[in-house]
Amino acid sequence: MANLEINFCGIKSPNPFWLASAPPTNSAYQVQKAFEQGWGGAVWKTIGAPVLNVCNRYGTIDYKGSKIIGLNNVELISDRPLAVNLKEIRETKKNFPKHAVIVSVMVESTKEAWQEIVKQVEDTGADGLELNFGCPHGMSERGMGSAMGQVPEYTCMVTEWVMDVATTPVIVKLTPNVTDIVQPARAAINGRASALSLINTINSIMGVDLDTFEISPNVGGKGGHGGYAGPAVKPIALHLLSAVASDPEVQKARVPISGIGGIETWRDALEFMLLGATSVQVCTAVMHWGFRIVEDMIEGLSNWMDEKGFSSVDQFIGKSVPRISTFGDFDLGFQTVARIDHSKCIQCNLCYIACNDAAHQCIDLHDLKVTDKPTDRLWPTVREEDCVGCDLCSKVCPVDDCISMVEITTGRPHVTWNELVKDKPEVLEWGKMEAYRKEANIHIH
Amino acid sequence: MAEHYKPQKYKAWELTLEERFREYYPPLSEREATTEANRCLYCYDAPCMVACPTHIDIPTFIRKIATGNVKGSAKTILESNLMGATCSRVCPVEELCEGACVLRADQKPIMIGRLQRYAMDYADEHKIKFFQPGKPNSRKVAIVGAGPAGLSCAGELAKLGFAVTCFERKEWAGGLDTYGIVVFREPVEVSLAEVKMIEELGVQINTKTTVGKDIQFEEILADYDAVFIGVGLGEVPDMEIPGEHLEGVFDGLEFIEETKTRPLNQIQFGRRVCVIGAGNTAIDCATIARRLGAERVMMVYRRSEAEMPAYHFEYEFALKEGVSFMFLTQPIEVLGADGKVDGLKCLRMDLGQPDASGRRTPVPIPDSDFIIHCDMVIKAIGQKKPIDVLNKLAEYGVKNQKGYIVVDSETKRTDHQKIFAGGDCIRSKGEASTVMAVQDGKIAAKAIYKQLVGEPVPQGVAQSASQRK
Repeated sequence: MANLEINFCGIKSPNPFWLASAPPTNSAYQVQKAFEQGWGGAVWKTIGAPVLNVCNRYGTIDYKGSKIIGLNNVELISDRPLAVNLKEIRETKKNFPKHAVIVSVMVESTKEAWQEIVKQVEDTGADGLELNFGCPHGMSERGMGSAMGQVPEYTCMVTEWVMDVATTPVIVKLTPNVTDIVQPARAAINGRASALSLINTINSIMGVDLDTFEISPNVGGKGGHGGYAGPAVKPIALHLLSAVASDPEVQKARVPISGIGGIETWRDALEFMLLGATSVQVCTAVMHWGFRIVEDMIEGLSNWMDEKGFSSVDQFIGKSVPRISTFGDFDLGFQTVARIDHSKCIQCNLCYIACNDAAHQCIDLHDLKVTDKPTDRLWPTVREEDCVGCDLCSKVCPVDDCISMVEITTGRPHVTWNELVKDKPEVLEWGKMEAYRKEANIHIH
Repeated sequence: MAEHYKPQKYKAWELTLEERFREYYPPLSEREATTEANRCLYCYDAPCMVACPTHIDIPTFIRKIATGNVKGSAKTILESNLMGATCSRVCPVEELCEGACVLRADQKPIMIGRLQRYAMDYADEHKIKFFQPGKPNSRKVAIVGAGPAGLSCAGELAKLGFAVTCFERKEWAGGLDTYGIVVFREPVEVSLAEVKMIEELGVQINTKTTVGKDIQFEEILADYDAVFIGVGLGEVPDMEIPGEHLEGVFDGLEFIEETKTRPLNQIQFGRRVCVIGAGNTAIDCATIARRLGAERVMMVYRRSEAEMPAYHFEYEFALKEGVSFMFLTQPIEVLGADGKVDGLKCLRMDLGQPDASGRRTPVPIPDSDFIIHCDMVIKAIGQKKPIDVLNKLAEYGVKNQKGYIVVDSETKRTDHQKIFAGGDCIRSKGEASTVMAVQDGKIAAKAIYKQLVGEPVPQGVAQSASQRK
């Protein structure tokens, strides 16, 4: 079995799977149970300012029979007394010295309050702190959580306050509810953060009840925005992770990143790690199925590493980061066309109607006589000369490997948009663009 | 709609008689229905829809279940098939829509029949009326026989503004949907609710009215602008073997009818039952006998398993019900004591050369006769042709071929300008089923409209089928 251990800016963990700061890490009972089942670390549910919670706290999106592809919540930070939390953190770390115990903190925005909570947490023996600059509901209205994380200057300031007194590593958790996540990431680094974690939950309203007109989650007839998480947010999290991981300033600082957002399997975890996450944090999946899912996560990751020939996680963390690019640097000469394998086709015609109604009308229905069986049912076929290679058909096809996108050579120059407009700035006018297309063998009907 | 999903559990000995005659398939719960509906790929120009004789827009009705628009789903079904509730229960879906489902290849086909039933049950429970009588066009159409073909024709015509009168010899309308489908496939109420829906469209249904006795065909033909014949077929013919009139020998269709019309505990059945024949009706008789409580039910069929006309899923169902099959067995005499059945004398058969139907002819094995002890014999060897009707129609130039009325396939019109026909009485080839009868009625309604109004049926109303091709 491969070695799954990680060293996250000095915080050691038997594997990269951590529980995110959330309801599953609310108590010693829960965190210790999770460690027993295999979780490598846990970020304790945020402690700090006193709060009162409401009912109901969750809203979900179910999709075609699958429950909770998205979960939102309006629960606040820990509502248990601070002293109880600190006592339980101490006990947990004592019982599980080899596991990562990180404590999420959030207090009112004064230097004294922040420095006091840091000292209190460090006194428990915890391995590190996570600054909650992301909670988008309840606390933000009180000037905490995302109210901090949405203003890079505040992020930097509070991080500095913390770093002035902290002796253990400090992770700054970023909110996705900003225009450009790179700015608060840089601010945290400027404030000397030891590491970053992202994403916190996304502002959301989960739905409206068509019978009662109430909003979900429904708090006594009223509702408001809450934090959105779960499998549905994974692509957003991956994008924000990639933006931070590929930022030159972040790369220069060489701070590790803990990836969060919709992770529920080892496969999800690997995608985050390939995009630069050293550890990953899980919440919604545990809220849905319990701690036991970690067994498969550990085994799946290990099997994958064995299969790929990796003996430690360092060998692949960030492996896909160099592939993060932008539109202007894509190869305009890379051409594909859709090809349908009629031996696999079940003739649902979803590719046909998608291409016809929503793409470029290059799939026709033909009697191909591909089988001996007399059939009046027509077969979808691609007019390759008209196919723009958009890939919609293969995406709607319900059969594995039935439609494949095949690379073809059309003689188009392998040039990027940035290179093209540098070389031929005149193409920014339609007339010249058309002339260039002719020259480059690009036909758009 | 079931409030909770209750898994199918069937151990006959643990159930009461009433429970044994409840619908075999429980209704789908809302969650089951939406989950199954969401599995549908929503094919474009879907093969299920092509395979349905009435061309119900199946992907659309399924999608509407998935979105929670169950009312709209029911409307989509009924627009193509007014007998959607019956068809959802009795259609041989494995042979039609579900057999054509693109998912059949590597997964399970969508449960189209049960989803259709879900939508139909919803419409019934919410008492939704989908259609209104059309603006009266002062034309009158008579329907002879209020089975599925007749009711479909009547309903479509009423929607188009015709004054429609049905003449039905039985006490209730609905034909075999009412009387001939085993109750655990379709409760009688389902068919009667469809009859009510047709009546609510303004169709006058005169039951207990036999044409030729209570009213003369001449009168009908003179009084109405068009006549649709949907009389179906008749009773089970004689086996023409000694002893077949002994007490304890039953007509299969009458046996099924009893379970639809009488309290179950009053139905007479034997301890050891022989059912003669191996079609779908024979299977129904055998499974009913089992569920009534017969200890041993044997199906006696002179050909082999490969030639039996019952659908394969019906055969499997009968096996599961504990029915035993005696293939290559020809009954030659019903034996009796004191006027009552006490055995069936049979000959063993062998298969010889193919006959005209392409099936191998059963040939008796000499001196192979043996006796099956039984106290009940149910014959289910087909149905008689409606000779009286055919003779009467022949007076008007309506031809028949081997007892089936000859019609034009595009219009269902006979050789007489005013006389149309559909359903089992025209179905000379292949399996006859409710859904085909419904389509016959639709096609005839459309043709009658065109003939009497002088223009094609406006789009969207009583759409025919083959418009698609």
